[in-house]
Amino acid sequence: MSAWFNQHLTALRDALRRLTATPLNSTLSLFVIGIALTLPAAGWQLIDNVQRAASSASGVQQISLFMALNAERKDIAEIESRLKLAVAGRWRFISREEALKRLQGTAGMADLISSLPKNPLPDAFVIDPVDTSPEAMAQMAKTMGAWPKVAHVQLDAAWVKRFDALLRIARLAVSLLAAVFAAALVVVTFNTIRLQILAHAAEIEVARLIGATDAWIRRPFAYFGAIQGLLGGVLAILLVVIGSRLLTSPVAELAELYGASFTLEGPSVSLAAALLAAGASLGWLGALLSVNLSLKHPD
Amino acid sequence: MIVCSNVGKRYPGGLTALENVSCEIGAGELVFVTGHSGAGKSTLARLIAAIERPTSGSIVVNGQNLAALRGSALPYLRRNFGLVFQDQKLLFDRNALENVLLPLAIIGTPIGEATRRAQAALDKVGLLDRAKANPIALSGGEQQRLAIARAVANRPAILLADEPTANLDTNSAAGILDIFHAFHQVGVTVIIATHDPQWSGLQNARELRLAHGTLAS
Ligand SMILES: Nc1ncnc2c1ncn2[C@@H]1O[C@H](COP(=O)(O)OP(=O)(O)OP(=O)(O)O)[C@@H](O)[C@H]1O
Ligand SMILES: [Mg+2]
Repeated sequence: MSAWFNQHLTALRDALRRLTATPLNSTLSLFVIGIALTLPAAGWQLIDNVQRAASSASGVQQISLFMALNAERKDIAEIESRLKLAVAGRWRFISREEALKRLQGTAGMADLISSLPKNPLPDAFVIDPVDTSPEAMAQMAKTMGAWPKVAHVQLDAAWVKRFDALLRIARLAVSLLAAVFAAALVVVTFNTIRLQILAHAAEIEVARLIGATDAWIRRPFAYFGAIQGLLGGVLAILLVVIGSRLLTSPVAELAELYGASFTLEGPSVSLAAALLAAGASLGWLGALLSVNLSLKHPD
Repeated sequence: MIVCSNVGKRYPGGLTALENVSCEIGAGELVFVTGHSGAGKSTLARLIAAIERPTSGSIVVNGQNLAALRGSALPYLRRNFGLVFQDQKLLFDRNALENVLLPLAIIGTPIGEATRRAQAALDKVGLLDRAKANPIALSGGEQQRLAIARAVANRPAILLADEPTANLDTNSAAGILDIFHAFHQVGVTVIIATHDPQWSGLQNARELRLAHGTLAS
C-alpha cells in the first residue's frame, strides 16, 4: 500500500518535471487543448443563456388577438362577449392608445412614435387560457381567427415550440462539435506523449532492465496527459469566463433595447467541473493509448 | 541458486553465441565469467538476468524456471539482481544521486528512505561527494562506480556485472574489484563477466571460462 502510494507520488513528480522541462512545448499543447475545450464549452454556455432568456421572456403561454385597424367599439364589445363564452381563463384588453403609450415609454422609441402621423397600432386582447396544452391553444387560436374584425391571432407557444426544436438542434450540433474536439484533444495528447516517450527512451529502457513493470513506466505519462488536460480545462474555463465578461455589457444593452433586463451568466460550477473532468480524462486516455502503442512497438 | 542446464543461444541470422552451457552458481559465491571477446560472456549474463531467452536448455534462478516465467513476472525476477551493464546505461538527464534513486523509485521506496539508501550506496563506491554531479562530468572509473552504486542500491541478492573494469587503468580496476569483494564479503552473490584474465585465480573466486560459446573447464 505504502509502496503503491510512493510509486504514484514518484509518477506524479516525474510527470510534473517532464511537463516543466519543456515549457514551450507544454504551453503550446496546453493552448491547443484549452481552445479545443473552449469552443464547445462556449457553445454550451451560449445555448444555456439563450434558453434562460427565452424562458424568462413573458408571453410564453399566451394568445395575442389583434383587431383590425378599422375595428370599432361595438366590434370590441362583440369580441369581449365571445371571449366570455368561449374561453376559460383570464384576458386583458389593451387599447391602441395604451399600446402606443407603452411603446413611447420604451427607450429610444419616443421620438420615433411622435413622428408618426397616426397611431399604427391595433387594439388587442392578451389571453391567458387555463388550458395551455398546445392542442387546446391551437384550437382556440383557430376559433378566434374566424371571429369578425380579428386581423391576426398570435399563438405565443408556437414560437416557443419552434425555438425549443432549434435549441435541440443547436445542442446536438454543439455535442457533435464537442465530440470532434474531444477526439482532437486525445490526438494532441497522443502525439505529445509519443514525443515524450521518444525523449525518455533511455530511461524507459534502463527502468525495464532493472525491474520496472509496464504499469510503472506507463504511470508518469498517464499523469502527464491528465495534468496537461486538466490545465487545458482550467484555461478553457478562463477563456469562457473572460468571453462572457466581455459580452456582459453589450448583451445587457441589447436586452434593454428590447425592454428586457437580462444578464449574461458565466460558466456554471457544473460546466467548469465538466471541463476539468473532460480535460483530465481525455488527456489520460490519449496518454494511455500512446504509451500502450509505444510499449508494444518500441520503435 | 542459479542453475543453467544445456543452455544454448542462437541469434537470428544463425550465429550461435552459446552452446550446451551447464553451470551452477551457489548463493554467496564470487564467480568470474571469462573468455575472449565474442566468447559469449555478455550473452550468458543477459540470459541469467532474463533480458534474453535461451533458444535451448533451461535456466533456474531462485527456484524459478525462467522459461516458465510469464512476462508480467519478469520485473519482479529482475529485482533480485543488481545489474551493471557493459555500456553502463547511466542517465545523463539527472545527477548521480538521481541515477541511484531510480531502482528505489521503481519498488516504491519512500523518498526519504530512498535518498538515505542511495547516499549509502554512493558512499560505498566513494562517490558521495559527487552526488550532485551529472554522470557526464564523471571520469570513466567514476561512471563505472556510479553504475555499481545504482546496482546495489536495492540491496539485491545477486550482483551481476558485465565488464565493470573495461577501459580502466589497473589502479581504478583494482578499486572496483575491492568494491565487489566487499559485497561478496557480506554474502551477496557476485557474478562478473570480464575478458581480463588477471582476475582469474583470485582468492575465494571461481572461474567459468567460455570459449566460442562453450564452457571450458
Ligand atoms: N543481439 C545480438 N544479435 C546477434 N548476434 C549477437 C548479439 N549479441 C551478441 N551477438 C554475438 O554473439 C557472440 C557473443 O557475444 P557476447 O556479447 O556474448 O560476447 P562477449 O563475450 O561479451 O564479448 P566482449 O568481451 O567483446 O563483450 C558474438 O559473436 C556476438 O557477435
Ligand atoms: Mg560482453
